[in-house]
Amino acid sequence: MPDGSMVQGPVLRVEDLTVRFTRRDTDVAAVNGVNFSLNAGETLTILGESGSGKSVSLKAMMGLLPGYARIDGRIWLNGRDMLTLPEAELRKVRGGAISMIFQEPMAALDPVYTIGEQIAETIVQHEGCSKDTAWKRALGLLEQVKIPSAARRLKNYPHEMSGGMRQRAMIALALACSPSVLLADEPTTALDVTVQIQILLLLRQLQQELGMAIVFVTHDVGAAAEISDRIAVMYAGRFAETGTTRQIMRQPLHPYTKGLLASTVHGGMRGTRLETIPGSPPNLAHLPPGCAFAPRCRYAVDACRQGDIPVVTDETGHMARCVRVEEAVPA
Amino acid sequence: MSAALQIPLDPRDRGGPAQPLLLVENLRKHFPVRGGILNRQTATVQAVDDVSFSVRKGETLGIVGESGCGKSTTARLLMRLIEPDAGDVIFDGDAVGDRRGISVNDMRRQMQMVFQDSYTSLNPRMTMVESIAYAPRMHGTPRREAIDRAEMLLHRVGLNPRQYARRYPHELSGGQRQRVNIARALALEPRLVILDEAVAALDKSVEAQVLNLLGELKESLNLTYLFISHDLNVVEYMSDRVMVMYLGRVVEAGPVESIYRHPRHPYTRALFASKPTLDPDRRTTEMPLTGDPPNPINPPSGCRFRTRCAFAQPRCAERVPELLAPVAGDADASHVVACHVPEAQTPKHHTTEVGHA
Repeated sequence: MPDGSMVQGPVLRVEDLTVRFTRRDTDVAAVNGVNFSLNAGETLTILGESGSGKSVSLKAMMGLLPGYARIDGRIWLNGRDMLTLPEAELRKVRGGAISMIFQEPMAALDPVYTIGEQIAETIVQHEGCSKDTAWKRALGLLEQVKIPSAARRLKNYPHEMSGGMRQRAMIALALACSPSVLLADEPTTALDVTVQIQILLLLRQLQQELGMAIVFVTHDVGAAAEISDRIAVMYAGRFAETGTTRQIMRQPLHPYTKGLLASTVHGGMRGTRLETIPGSPPNLAHLPPGCAFAPRCRYAVDACRQGDIPVVTDETGHMARCVRVEEAVPA
Repeated sequence: MSAALQIPLDPRDRGGPAQPLLLVENLRKHFPVRGGILNRQTATVQAVDDVSFSVRKGETLGIVGESGCGKSTTARLLMRLIEPDAGDVIFDGDAVGDRRGISVNDMRRQMQMVFQDSYTSLNPRMTMVESIAYAPRMHGTPRREAIDRAEMLLHRVGLNPRQYARRYPHELSGGQRQRVNIARALALEPRLVILDEAVAALDKSVEAQVLNLLGELKESLNLTYLFISHDLNVVEYMSDRVMVMYLGRVVEAGPVESIYRHPRHPYTRALFASKPTLDPDRRTTEMPLTGDPPNPINPPSGCRFRTRCAFAQPRCAERVPELLAPVAGDADASHVVACHVPEAQTPKHHTTEVGHA
C-alpha cells in the first residue's frame, strides 16, 4: 500500500509518453500516450502481453531506446525531465537515481568482470568514492540481497552463479547507488517458481527497507498480484485500465482485463472450457482507429471504432479506457 | 462429433483398454561432461535416472518440475531423439527398438511431439502445408493426398487453409505457428502426443485458445497426451494424472486431485506453496524453499531433495527412497511418493520405515 508519509509528491511522473519506431518502410506506434505517477515506496505493475509496449515504455524511462525511436511526452524524475537531459547528465542519472533490472541477468551483466568489480565500478563512477569503500559497499549489497557467503561471491563471474543468484546480483548492482526508482523488466520470468517467489519477496522487503519506487513490468498475473500496489493493464501501447491490485483482480472494468483474467488458468478450472479472447493483438504498424481492442471485443459498438476513447476515472482513481465502462459496471 | 457413440475402437489398439499405451521402465540417461586438454570425461550430468511410469489409453499424464529436473530429456528419450543409456519403453505391449517389438520408425508413427519454440521447430523454407505434409510423404503417402490432408488439418486447428497454407513460418504469430506444429504432429494420426512446454511461450490469451484446441482434438481424435510443463496451473487444468520430477527422478505421482489437494513429498508441497496466489489479500509471506535447484552434475546422494528439505534425516543421505504407495489404508494407493518421511509435517513426528523394496 502507498506509504501515507509521502508528502513531497511523486518521484516519477510520466506524461503523455509516446514512442514511434520510424524507418524507411515502417512506422510502428509502440507506445501511444502513457500517463502515470508514482510515489516513493510504491509499486506499479505494468501488465501486458508481448507487443503491448510495456518494455518499450520502461526503456524510454531509462533512456535506452535506439536513436531512430521518436519519443514524445515528459518523464519527470525527481522534478527533472529525463527526455531533455543532455547525454552526460543522463549518464549520471542512469544507474544513480533510476536503475533497471532485466529478464536475463546473464545478458545484462558483463561476463568478463566479477560481480564485485561491476558493483564497485558503478559506485566509484557515480559517487567518486575510493575503491576500498566501494568494495565494502558491494559486500554489504550482496548481503542485503541475501546471497550466501557474500564475500566469496564478490569474486565470482556471472557464469559461476545460478540463475537465482545472478538475478540477486543484478538487483544488488541496480541498488548500488540507492535509486529512488527501480525499473524491473520481467525480472522473474526466466526463473523457476520456487526461485521466482524468493525474488518477489526480496524485492518487497528491499522496498520496505529502502523506500524506492518500483515499476514492475510483467505478463504474469500471478507475479503482479504478489508485488503490486497498483496495476496498469497495457494493450497496444496504452493503459487500458489502472487501479489498485484489488480493484484490477476483483472488479476489472475493461473487457480486455476481464478477458485476460478469465483466460489465465488457475486451480479449480478443471473440466471447464477456458474463456478466451478471440484473435490476436493488433499490428502496431496499422493500429485501428478508436479502441485498439475493439476488433477482439465482444461488447464493441460503433462508438468504439471512431476517434479517441475517453478515459473514465472513478473517485478512487480506478481508470478504464472504454466507451461502455459505465454500462458494464453493475449499479 | 457423435459423442454418445464414441467407442474408442482403434484398429491399431492391441492390448485393449487395460493395457497402458506407454510403459516406461527404469529409463536412464547420463550425459558425460568433458573438459581439460585431453577432453576426458570429468563429470556426469544425471539428467534422467531410473524413471518408470505408465500412460493409460486416453488419459493425459502431466509432468511437472523445475528446470533441470529431466522432464524434457524424458520426452526426447521417449521419441528416441536421444538414445537412452538404459531402460525399456513399451508402446501398447511392444518393446520399442526390440527385435520382437516395434521399430523406432513405427513407434514414431504413433507417437509425435510438439516443442516449446514454435519458430525453430518449423523449417523456415517450407510453407505451412509443406511442413505438415512432409512426414506423411516420407512415410509413403502420395503428394496430392498428403497436401489435401494437410489443408484439412490446418482447418482442424483453426487456421483457414486458403489464408495460411502457402505462408512461411515468419509470416505467422506465435500462437498460429504453434497451431501449425500441432497440425504437423497430428499428420501421421498418432495415438500419443507429447506436448513439451507447448504453450509456455504463448501469451495468456493465446495460451487459453491453444489449450481449448488441445482439449477438443483429444476428444475427437481419441488422443493420449503426455503434457510436460513447468506451469503448475496449466498442468492441473490439463492432466488426469501428474508426475512430479526433481533432479532426474520421479518424487511423486498420482491422480491430479490427490496430488494437488494432498501433496505428500516435501518438494511437491514447497513447489505448490511457491505458486503466486492471485489474491492480493493472501500474499505469500514466507519462502517455501531457499536457493536454486542444485546442479544435476553430481547430485546429492540418497534423496536428491535432502539438501533443501526441512525434514531431512540421516537416512535420507544413505538410501534412495523408492516410489511407494502409502501404508495407511485411507489414502489412494495409486498416489505414490519417494520419501523416507512422506507425512513429515513436523520433523519430530514421522512415520515408521517405509523405504523397503
